[in-house]
Amino acid sequence: MYRSAVYDEPLLNELEEKRNNTYTPVDVLPSSLQRKEKINIPDLDETQVIRHFFRLSQMNFGIDSGMYPLGSCTMKYNPRLCEEISRWDSFAMTHPYQDESTIQGNLQIMYELEQLFCEITGMDCFTLQPAAGSQGEFTGLLLTRAYHESHHDFERNEIILPDTSHGTNPASATMAGYKIIEIPSTKEGTVDLEILKKTLSSKTACFMLTNPNTLGIFESGIEEIAKIVHKAGALLYYDGANINAIMGKAKPGDMGFDIVHLNLHKTFSTPHGGGGPGAGPIGVKKKLETFLPIPRITKKKDTYYLNHDYPKSIGKIKAFYGNFSVLLKAYIYILLMGRDGLKESSEIAVLNANYMKKKLIDSEKYDLPYKELRKHEFVLSCERLQKEKGIRALDIAKRLLDYGLHPPTIYFPLIVKEALMIEPTESESKRTLDEYIKALIRIADEDISSVKNAPSNTPVRRVDEASAIKKSLLTWTSLQEK
Amino acid sequence: MKFIPNSIIKESMLKEIELHTIDELFSDIPKKIRINNLNLPDGVSQQEVEKRLRKLGKKNKSFSEMPSFLGGGIKPHYIPAAVKSIIARSEFYTSYTPYQPEASQGFLQAMFEYQSMIAEITGMDVANASLYDGATALGEAALMCNRIKKRKTFVIPKNISKDKKCILKNYTKGTEITIKEIAYDTKTGKIDLDDLKKNIDDDTTGVYIENPNFFGVFEDDVDEISSLVKEKQAVFVVGVDPIALGITKNPGKYNANIVIGEGRSLGNPMDFGGSGLGIFSCKHEFIRQIPGRIIGLTEDSDGKRAFCMTMQTREQHIRRGRATSNICTNEGLCALAAVAFLSWLGGSGLEKLGRINFEKGQRLAKKITSIHGFEKVFCGVHFNEFVIQCPDAAKLHNKLLSNGIQGGLILDDFSPDLKNCMLFGVTEIHSDESIEKLVSILKEET
Repeated sequence: MYRSAVYDEPLLNELEEKRNNTYTPVDVLPSSLQRKEKINIPDLDETQVIRHFFRLSQMNFGIDSGMYPLGSCTMKYNPRLCEEISRWDSFAMTHPYQDESTIQGNLQIMYELEQLFCEITGMDCFTLQPAAGSQGEFTGLLLTRAYHESHHDFERNEIILPDTSHGTNPASATMAGYKIIEIPSTKEGTVDLEILKKTLSSKTACFMLTNPNTLGIFESGIEEIAKIVHKAGALLYYDGANINAIMGKAKPGDMGFDIVHLNLHKTFSTPHGGGGPGAGPIGVKKKLETFLPIPRITKKKDTYYLNHDYPKSIGKIKAFYGNFSVLLKAYIYILLMGRDGLKESSEIAVLNANYMKKKLIDSEKYDLPYKELRKHEFVLSCERLQKEKGIRALDIAKRLLDYGLHPPTIYFPLIVKEALMIEPTESESKRTLDEYIKALIRIADEDISSVKNAPSNTPVRRVDEASAIKKSLLTWTSLQEK
Repeated sequence: MKFIPNSIIKESMLKEIELHTIDELFSDIPKKIRINNLNLPDGVSQQEVEKRLRKLGKKNKSFSEMPSFLGGGIKPHYIPAAVKSIIARSEFYTSYTPYQPEASQGFLQAMFEYQSMIAEITGMDVANASLYDGATALGEAALMCNRIKKRKTFVIPKNISKDKKCILKNYTKGTEITIKEIAYDTKTGKIDLDDLKKNIDDDTTGVYIENPNFFGVFEDDVDEISSLVKEKQAVFVVGVDPIALGITKNPGKYNANIVIGEGRSLGNPMDFGGSGLGIFSCKHEFIRQIPGRIIGLTEDSDGKRAFCMTMQTREQHIRRGRATSNICTNEGLCALAAVAFLSWLGGSGLEKLGRINFEKGQRLAKKITSIHGFEKVFCGVHFNEFVIQCPDAAKLHNKLLSNGIQGGLILDDFSPDLKNCMLFGVTEIHSDESIEKLVSILKEET
């Protein structure tokens, strides 16, 4: 069983330091700009720094520590080879403005990666520029606007999305200046076609959808959805956070989607880095190609170019060409997996999810609202436990930590009460899945206090998030001033 | 399969859940859109992949094979082995956003320390735990100004990178904000103060300046600029190069409200331009309007010190359409590299690094301008980048390239009055040998 190390590790500024309090200003600088006093960052020895961060790392759970089944986050194993190669000087020490003749390797990788994504998603062309999924969404919505405006259609100021959508969808829509209309799901947990029909109008710019959705349910009515969305003159946007469910099984392009974003730090196994960097490339159908960000990568004979000559392009949304180090890792991953590997990833991810789902429903401790068959993730409700014993999803999550297991996503999607959103991915062995299932079943039967008081086997016990807001201690200076 | 343990027992697992084939798991996908396979090559072995990538790597020329004097917002810097070793800890890099604080104290504490150091060097009260890069940080800053003071225009200097202008335009497309550009003084390379005066008014939501600016020149009229901005009660946004802060006053000292910047130079490689590290910090009064993730210090149920994400009601996963930004995944690992780098350097090290970069910038500019035909375009004091008027920039570029050197960034498409100008950049990492080689080739041009 995983156990975290426990240290009372001081903050860096609380470590013993060599103090040198003198500062000599750089007098050739204009005096209005000269720094006059020392920077208040401790001067430590390398030994102290390494030990500090080593200890911090030992109080951090990663996918290497164990199963990390956060729903919609696709926490799969990160192959070491991808990491190693991405750090080679020949890639890491290249400058984006170097002469094109000296970056042919990078450009070839990006060019080929675009092609690979086109095949996987069924789209016509890709841009690798967005830095993460939500930036991909934002870019997609800028393209949406450019598309409608190019048709002299300036009235479309609404984005429709289902109530199961990821939080980034409405946030991106607002940022792009759109009004959001959220539509309720059916009893089956899918898009309500009748409501969608009524909501679509000449004001709809785009309908944003995740398929399979965040309940893990495939939107089987997708062809009809695409038909009515297009009939209304709107575009159909695919949030690719869940594409780990369908690689080699179906393509968003064939389903009628016009814009697709991918989260490389999910499906394509690049590590999440404790929060990033990620990458959120977007693919589009031909009709939107002319608006894609620049530069585009083009190939003439055997040479690759950064091509800026797209007058209708929306321009740039991020400095340079995208998070190249992440793109490189995804490229390596796809080479390693190949056709059969990607397909099997999706197959086993879905098998693992349905295996866990079945065992947990059969235990009769948890309920599965909505439709039975799920793809790569499923959402249980522990509302019954809450009513019977007062145990909430949050309590279960914290108790799982005592078993050395990382909890699933909780309280999302919002339409499931006391939600546990579980995505095991294809990376986990049956043995690990069984352990996780066993722990969840056992927790449901445990005495209330040990669940309510969890965790106790972690570096800190239950963290008081409410008082963090009240205290507003966000730097060590604010702590000293307290 | 290599990373799919249950691949070999799928039949028995299917049986256990009363299914027969994998296909049954996908029966909810309409037949018409179901495919049998992707048209992709077969997977290859790790050994083979490594071989292929070596070949691709050879089609690049990295800094170690070809010294580069490119400026333009990104330059190579030395990365201590200690920093590389810290960010290679897989407990860090294979973790997700720290939604469960009890299992993520390590990363959370490191991010709290990152925020503390960024606030310290920028002279602000708080910093977030990173944005994508310095350019998108400008977009987010403009949106934040608009939330603080809903007015019509956001003012930027003409001499910021073209990319940044374009990104800013895209970030503000969904608002009513229009962007106004302030001219620069063609002699000094600094903001034209008269033009600034003319363009700040009661409609101005925020004013952005960069220090040093795109030409590498320090904006030293900061007190005057600051009072102009304050007079109209607009928000003052300053963009910084964190390494220059080792020798310059922090923008807090000249009353900036928001400080942003590109932080990649703190312990991160160039990576062909990505990943970046968007620094974002501000004064306490605006904290509710800040975009992105923030880590706070609190206690656990035993009263022990603990860290967690805080003020999440600003963020998309809680506030959805009313969030301060759509950002979710940020640049956590780059921020970790930055905090490790700053810890390794210490305050004294950052001061020294700033000094070295400044002095190397001065020395190289002096060497180049001592050659007949090469002139410094702007007389303002510069940091580690500077603009040089060359006899024939394109010809020089090719000549340098054929001698295994990447010259400065040609500024032809930045502005028509900068024809044949190159933006040179130099840092602590450039060897004397490569500098001499550059200078000797320039000499041949005259």
